[in-house]
Amino acid sequence: MKSYHADERGYYGEFGGAFIPEMLYPNCEELRQNYLGIMEEPSFKEEFHQLLKDYVGRPTPLYFANRLSEKYNTKIYLKREDLCHTGAHKVNNTIGQILMAKKLGKNRIIAETGAGQHGVATATVCALMGIECIVYMGEIDIARQAPNVARMKMLGAEVRPAKSGSKTLKDATNEAIRDWINNPVDTHYIIGSVVGPHPYPDMVARFQSVISEEIKNQLQEKEGRENPDYVVACVGGGSNAAGAYYHYLDVPEVGIIAVEAAGKGIHSGESAATSALGKVGIIHGSKTLLMQTQDGQITEPYSISAGLDYPGVGPMHAHLYASGRGEFISITDDDAMHAGLELSKLEGIIPAIETSHALAIFENRKFKPDDVVVVNLSGRGDKDLQNYIDYFKL
Amino acid sequence: MNRIKQKLQEDNPPAGRAGKILSIYFSAGYPKLNDTVKIIQDLEKNGVDLIEIGLPFSDPLADGPTIQESSTAALKNGMNTALLFEQLKDIRKSVSIPLILMGYFNPVLQYGVEEFCAKCEEIGIDGLILPDLPLDVYTEEYEPIFKKHGLINVFLITPQTSEQRIKAIDDASEGFIYMVSSASTTGAKQGFGPEQSDYFERIAKMGLKNPQIVGFGISNAETFQQATKKAKGAIIGSAFIKHLTANGVDNIGDFVKQIR
Repeated sequence: MKSYHADERGYYGEFGGAFIPEMLYPNCEELRQNYLGIMEEPSFKEEFHQLLKDYVGRPTPLYFANRLSEKYNTKIYLKREDLCHTGAHKVNNTIGQILMAKKLGKNRIIAETGAGQHGVATATVCALMGIECIVYMGEIDIARQAPNVARMKMLGAEVRPAKSGSKTLKDATNEAIRDWINNPVDTHYIIGSVVGPHPYPDMVARFQSVISEEIKNQLQEKEGRENPDYVVACVGGGSNAAGAYYHYLDVPEVGIIAVEAAGKGIHSGESAATSALGKVGIIHGSKTLLMQTQDGQITEPYSISAGLDYPGVGPMHAHLYASGRGEFISITDDDAMHAGLELSKLEGIIPAIETSHALAIFENRKFKPDDVVVVNLSGRGDKDLQNYIDYFKL
Repeated sequence: MNRIKQKLQEDNPPAGRAGKILSIYFSAGYPKLNDTVKIIQDLEKNGVDLIEIGLPFSDPLADGPTIQESSTAALKNGMNTALLFEQLKDIRKSVSIPLILMGYFNPVLQYGVEEFCAKCEEIGIDGLILPDLPLDVYTEEYEPIFKKHGLINVFLITPQTSEQRIKAIDDASEGFIYMVSSASTTGAKQGFGPEQSDYFERIAKMGLKNPQIVGFGISNAETFQQATKKAKGAIIGSAFIKHLTANGVDNIGDFVKQIR
């Protein structure tokens, strides 16, 4: 049977690999040779699952959204990753990677962050383990995600502004990679999404796969079946989506829907809708779909949501798109903001603006009344309150 | 014969040079869009042995701030792959030293690897340095194309590269190995310490079939001499770009004279 998982060289179809300068080779190679073995070690598994349970608060609920379902005349479940400690799914991965870093004997952690959720999750696990933490964040994102910057600082992390390029997530990633080049021996780079050179996309997807594993069990309990008709998630780099899809990738009867940020419109020149605008290329060490000029220069993306403001997608998602396994839909800033407000009013849940893009699917795509649709509610909206205030003049 | 190989095999280097190669890197299209050809001509006139012409990229992972800024400025000036090829089309009428294009893989991929290599051959480019094109991908997918067009692909090694991998890189290399002086991005630092000396010594003792040229951290006569004590030559990038930023394309000779 065709598999949508990474092969042993980190390829998903034609996408993936490790397109890295020699300066990064030893770091990535050390990780590549060890990550699967470490993840299989009983002591690793035990500590990982214990922390997910007692520290993160897993399993997160699978909530049947009654009023939302009624409005759209279909059965909508929300996987409540917003209830994870630190307020988003990101912590599943940072817990895994900090334990990995410890096993590899690293004593310094670097990370990049867009919305700040991954930065907060990294700063949190570094505080938990007493390890030095440096988070790179675009200057523009620092301005639009002030509460998360404050959180990272309270947690003892140093937040370093990325001042090049578009001053957003892409540039923060460049800076973090440069830091790693300059500190190859003692430093582990905790990448926050299913992007970057092999083995990161596969490793991060495995850490996030706890989401779909729980969905299967919970759906069995609630619906008497493990498989929903559709799993919906927003995709920037795509880590929450990879986690929500993971155990369904090779189950063709489960529809996979990926929601990207169209920004001010796919063809407005201010967009982050990679599947619609991207071509095969190389970004941050991975061959994937990438927004770029004809000349191969990486285009500066735009989205109201800092977490989706990235010009590429992870190679798994590029493959899901190119192979037709996944259905890709782009949602504008406006549609996303209204979907966020709607969920707040209908269900009493204020979602992160990233997740609001996924929620906007219901205005844009019809489902059957008996379809079971699981939306991964990747994060909570507290960090985005100022954006909601400004947008709706609250 | 490929000009890089020829240069590295020269038995009688010009007097006073003691056989050490000086290679200079600059970003095409910087400081001004049309400076590329004049810089190449002046570097050759002033006795530089090898030139690396940087193809600017928006997200240069291995570069420090100086080269990144020159790349960004070059892109803003309007530099792109097609234009660089256009600027270089007659370069062999006036310049005979080896020319290497250095850039990141994505612009080459978008141009089309085969088309890119064919164009290089047509112009008289001798080699490519593409730091993010991995050894295995090169040998499996692109080596025949590079060879068909007479292009040498230059690989990097660093102090962290394992002995086994250095040997594999040596096997896959022709011309020279680009020896990155320290765990760093590009950009001049103050001299080399005992750690670098040990590394230079260690590599020299390996008896590789390809000579090594040291890059990263070379900015003046002192660092040039330190770097070339054991190696065949050294590459200067950021320090030359700083010179261009301050002086434009004038006084390139003064810069070269300071080095050796």
